[in-house]
Amino acid sequence: MDKMPAWADAVLVPLISILLAAALSAIVILAIGEDPVAAFKLMVDGALMRSSGWGYTLYYTTNFIFTGLCVAVAFHASMFNIGGEGQAMIGGLGVALVCLFIPFPHWSVALLVATLAGAAFGAVWALIPSYLQAKRGSHIVITTIMFNFIAAAVLNYVLVNLLRPTGAMDPATAIFPQATHLPTFQDMFAPEGSRMFRGSPANVTFFIAVLACIGFWFLIWRTKLGYEIRAFGFSESAAKYAGISPVRITIVSMLISGGLAGLMALNTTMGEAERLVLNATEGAGFIGIAVALMGRSHPVGVFLAALLFGFLYQGGAELALWTNIPRELITVIQALVILFTGALDNMVRMPLERLFLAARRRDS
Amino acid sequence: MTLMTKFLGAAASLALTAGAALADPALIYDLGGKYDKSFNEAAFNGAEAYASETGGAYKDIELQSEAQREQALRRFAEAGFNPVVTTGFSMSAPIASVAADYPDTKFVTIDGFVNPEEHPNVLSILFSEHEGSYLVGMMAAMASKSGTVGFVGGMDIPLIRKFACGYAQGVKAVNPDATVISNMTGTTPAAWNDPVKGSELTKAQISQGADVVYAAAGGTGLGVLQTAADENILSVGVDSNQNYLHPGKVLTSMLKRVDVAVKDAMEQGPDLQTGVMVLGLAENGVGYAMDENNEALVSDEMKTAVEDAKAKIIAGEIAVHDYSTDDSCPALSF
Repeated sequence: MDKMPAWADAVLVPLISILLAAALSAIVILAIGEDPVAAFKLMVDGALMRSSGWGYTLYYTTNFIFTGLCVAVAFHASMFNIGGEGQAMIGGLGVALVCLFIPFPHWSVALLVATLAGAAFGAVWALIPSYLQAKRGSHIVITTIMFNFIAAAVLNYVLVNLLRPTGAMDPATAIFPQATHLPTFQDMFAPEGSRMFRGSPANVTFFIAVLACIGFWFLIWRTKLGYEIRAFGFSESAAKYAGISPVRITIVSMLISGGLAGLMALNTTMGEAERLVLNATEGAGFIGIAVALMGRSHPVGVFLAALLFGFLYQGGAELALWTNIPRELITVIQALVILFTGALDNMVRMPLERLFLAARRRDS
Repeated sequence: MTLMTKFLGAAASLALTAGAALADPALIYDLGGKYDKSFNEAAFNGAEAYASETGGAYKDIELQSEAQREQALRRFAEAGFNPVVTTGFSMSAPIASVAADYPDTKFVTIDGFVNPEEHPNVLSILFSEHEGSYLVGMMAAMASKSGTVGFVGGMDIPLIRKFACGYAQGVKAVNPDATVISNMTGTTPAAWNDPVKGSELTKAQISQGADVVYAAAGGTGLGVLQTAADENILSVGVDSNQNYLHPGKVLTSMLKRVDVAVKDAMEQGPDLQTGVMVLGLAENGVGYAMDENNEALVSDEMKTAVEDAKAKIIAGEIAVHDYSTDDSCPALSF
């Protein structure tokens, strides 16, 4: 027994990391002459104490669940997919194309088709790097990150030259037809005439994200394919010996990964903007890496980590609105959380592990 | 729980309204950020000028994400700020979707366009960047000895093509045989803030014979101006007067008076005249910069020619083609 109990690994380590990040952030805020307690209160008030705040928090959460799951699938196959950003961009293109060119009778049909299109486009964007990894040994980290730039260039070309309405300044598509607009939380939950969730972008896609979490769990821990992915992730040679094809697992897990990233576009493109804008992903693909690391590649963990980052994003927006804390410092605060939970994980884990072991030795 | 949320929400919005009972103006910067040495900073300077001249206060925010556009508009409108001034064309769609919910609040979109018939409480301010660029293009062509001039854009978007197209027309008006080399820095928002790449593009254009380079690229332009000065060729700045950055090396700057537009809107306060306002040469919304730093570079002959063209454009005798009207450019292909 040289391990600490599972609850400490899953709960205590991230919690201590977050507290450390919060303490350091407080020092940063103090250093620029602002009140950290007031800032924290403002973040909580703006993100969690009002319905429209929840609307934004859950909107960001939805993005991060998709990209977090995207990275997590690849992690299970011991691959590092940094291309979530590009895959989500291209997924957005798929969503936009079906919304613009297919006359849908109802949003539910549109959502179904757009889900397939977004996932398919995202998956295709992940296909080439995964093929190169599986057949040619080109490292997936390098190829996926390169594909992010290619995706940005493709999207820019398509938006500026092909899909932009003539004369419009904004490199964006036209607004999608009314029938494809997804119901927001306001449409779904606010009673007639109430201001609940007014103007906030959270929409029905959130429930698709929750379904994706459940589907993810089922896939990884309850199916043959999931077993193969995990076996391949633990040891490639053992998996090969057991008759699992490395080429197949590499490609299939990356296709699932890219598909999940592509689904993020449902939320940003179809749910929020209702048109495809150039900057639709705005780094959510990279935040997904932190979310997956913090969530230990488990759907429950990913969900909670996504919620935390959603809170940080919405709380950060409140800080920007009502205080003089510059935007760069808000990014610093968000980065500190990523640093502590993602990169400096062992800094907390190792002393904690030693502590638990010492306690156990004393008991016995 | 919901009751609790509502109470807290009401209390919070009450507190916020109380803080801004005087209807101060608010300013929303685009994703480029407040200190971009260019477009957004010009807006910030205008707001600062308003604050120091009138003693008034204003509230501002630097956006971090697309979803915040609508959020910031709503929160400022709900808190009683009036008018709410925004920079960048990306704000026009969010304004169009929230304006109807706050009929008593005036919204200003600079560089954007919102239909005034549908939304009577919105002022759209547009600049005729193509006219200003035409004039600096003429000056570039007259200052050039090689007959080749360069253009470095930021992100490849229609607005920047509008700058490039006006510039190329100005160049060709002086010297129909001149070559205009046009490069865009990139396809992501990072292209607005990449001085190193701006510098590389300038070097590449110099190697193709360019001896005057016009930068319309935000922070990237600083690299262009620096390299042009280092390599001893001339450059043209943009948006703000950038002549002082390298005295004697910057031929002129294409001025876009975002600062004046912001200050005017803030001074008018809640009684702001809405509609559509196009600021061109006639309104001094765009122009070229002359000061002690570039006196020696601009000959009398150049000045006369440019002033002549300016008068003709204002009078309608010269029509400068605007790229954004039909997405094409007679003088330059992209």
